[in-house]
Amino acid sequence: MRSGELIRRLVLVPPTLFGVAVIVFVLLRVVPGDPIAMMIPPGASEADIGRLRALYGLDQPILQQFATWLGQVASGDFGRSISVRQNVLELLLARLPATIELALLATMTAVVIGVVAALVGILLRGRRAEWVVDGGIGVLLAIPDFLWALILLLLFGVLIPLLPISGRIDPEIDLNLRSNFFLIESILTGHFDIAFALLHHMILPALALALPFAALVARLLKASLAESEDQDYAQIARARGYSRPNILLHEVFPNALIPTVALGGVQVTLLLGGTVLVERIFSYEGIGNMAIDAVINRDFPLIQGLVLTFAVLFIALNLLVDLMVTMLDPRLRHG
Amino acid sequence: MTATLAVEGLKVAIGAANVLRGVSLDVQPGEVRGLVGESGAGKSMLGRAVLGLLPANTSVTAGRIAFEGRDLLAMAEAERRSLLGRRIALIPQDPMTSLNPVKRIGRQIGNLLRHHLGLSKRAALARTTELLAEVAIHDPQRVLALYPHEISGGMRQRVLIAMAFACDPALVIADEPTTALDVTVQRQVLQLVERLRLRHGSAVLFVTHDLGVVAKICRSMTVLHAGRVLEEGETTNVLVRPRHAYTRALLAATPRADRPAEALRPVPPDLIDQLWSEAYRLDQVPAVGAA
Repeated sequence: MRSGELIRRLVLVPPTLFGVAVIVFVLLRVVPGDPIAMMIPPGASEADIGRLRALYGLDQPILQQFATWLGQVASGDFGRSISVRQNVLELLLARLPATIELALLATMTAVVIGVVAALVGILLRGRRAEWVVDGGIGVLLAIPDFLWALILLLLFGVLIPLLPISGRIDPEIDLNLRSNFFLIESILTGHFDIAFALLHHMILPALALALPFAALVARLLKASLAESEDQDYAQIARARGYSRPNILLHEVFPNALIPTVALGGVQVTLLLGGTVLVERIFSYEGIGNMAIDAVINRDFPLIQGLVLTFAVLFIALNLLVDLMVTMLDPRLRHG
Repeated sequence: MTATLAVEGLKVAIGAANVLRGVSLDVQPGEVRGLVGESGAGKSMLGRAVLGLLPANTSVTAGRIAFEGRDLLAMAEAERRSLLGRRIALIPQDPMTSLNPVKRIGRQIGNLLRHHLGLSKRAALARTTELLAEVAIHDPQRVLALYPHEISGGMRQRVLIAMAFACDPALVIADEPTTALDVTVQRQVLQLVERLRLRHGSAVLFVTHDLGVVAKICRSMTVLHAGRVLEEGETTNVLVRPRHAYTRALLAATPRADRPAEALRPVPPDLIDQLWSEAYRLDQVPAVGAA
């Protein structure tokens, strides 16, 4: 991707976000469900309900509401959550790092498992044991992340209680950190005891998110490795006296990585989407978990803020994937 | 004198179908031998067998391939690998697909030198520059830093020739190295191969279907047909006084300036029946890939 292309993509970001904002805003107001109805006590008077509606601006026409909200968002004000009664932006900033850390850990775990599985699989190519690897990948892929969450929770939280099954960290631990990126900050500042406690809580949800994605990485990479290994340059490397593992690692792998990153990278968005249910299952305090509460409570400002946040994450991820592919493939750099 | 390459009674089968049916052929030190035949005659398969590059379902069923007296088929894998790329080299057919697309030219050559000759990074770089200059690449320093897609097909073939001769091989197998190139580039490539084999003292097995190429650079030639050696000898003898009708047909099918080419009559079965005592009809040869 050349700089012109990058600029074109960046210019497209605001209109994309605007489109997302329109859709979520309209959808929320078209589908049944009313945030005020969720928060009033039984027997509240019509006048009280009216006052609450006016307080949140819900008595205005939709277009008017949208214009007001958009104006606020543009100036960095995402409004106030109806159910939690806090500033939406503050809520997002407090919870987003937890989700980013979880998604990062899950992605890294998946990449490690996926790459190892693909390499083992390709080394066994043509042998009977290749089916074992393919079968294992198939099983991992067939079970969705939330089901893995329940399986792991039952296995390692209940039957063999090895790991904690809820929360981000033990409440008694004094964090005393500056940012909300607990894991990253504790590692960078050398507080490995805190990092360890955090990881302890993150292993199961991260693994639940990682396993299906690892299978996807393994399948994509193994197929690309097989395809690249049949190319002339890999065959000719054999005629130059390189061993097969050497060829796979140094000649074939850098080529196979390109389609794998291009296709697999965008699938990280699926993993991010998976955080919603998995965070809920493990009571992990990220934005996914918060999204479910927001939807249950019809918390319009919070839902809008969350959807925009996910949209920004997805756009950033797609850009990152394209940049990585460009770095890996010299043919794209020179057009 | 031990032959650089001695193939004896080589039989290669794809599944149950025989593609080489007892081929014998010698390449003496410093000799350039042409290996000709129409598509499907098995000439590329022979080169691949020597290099250990036979496709997955293909196997050597009989025979011997000796390199400087040592049987390539019988030796240990590691020993064979130490010969390949160093003592036995390949100039591949298609320069467009034969270089790794994500690695710079300099790195691809340098890795080969470091792998086989144990050169340091710095020494490999210096030698790579020399090699590129040797194949008439005028600004090696610039080309070193380029990726394969940034240079022309002819230039890529020159890079591949440089890689083939990089470790002073005793034998170079040139697998139709000019087929994918246009005519003017073909000539340059042939001249290069000729110059480099003289400089490095290598023998060359030149696989081609182009008799014109054979006439230009090969001292001796072997004509392969349907997996057997049909005719063999000094190039001038074979081309001027072909003993076999098939060779004559091949010659007649070569376009020349002074007369139009005749279509190659692919198989004269009666002649082949004459040549071999055993009953051999083309319809008994299973098609490649047939179950």
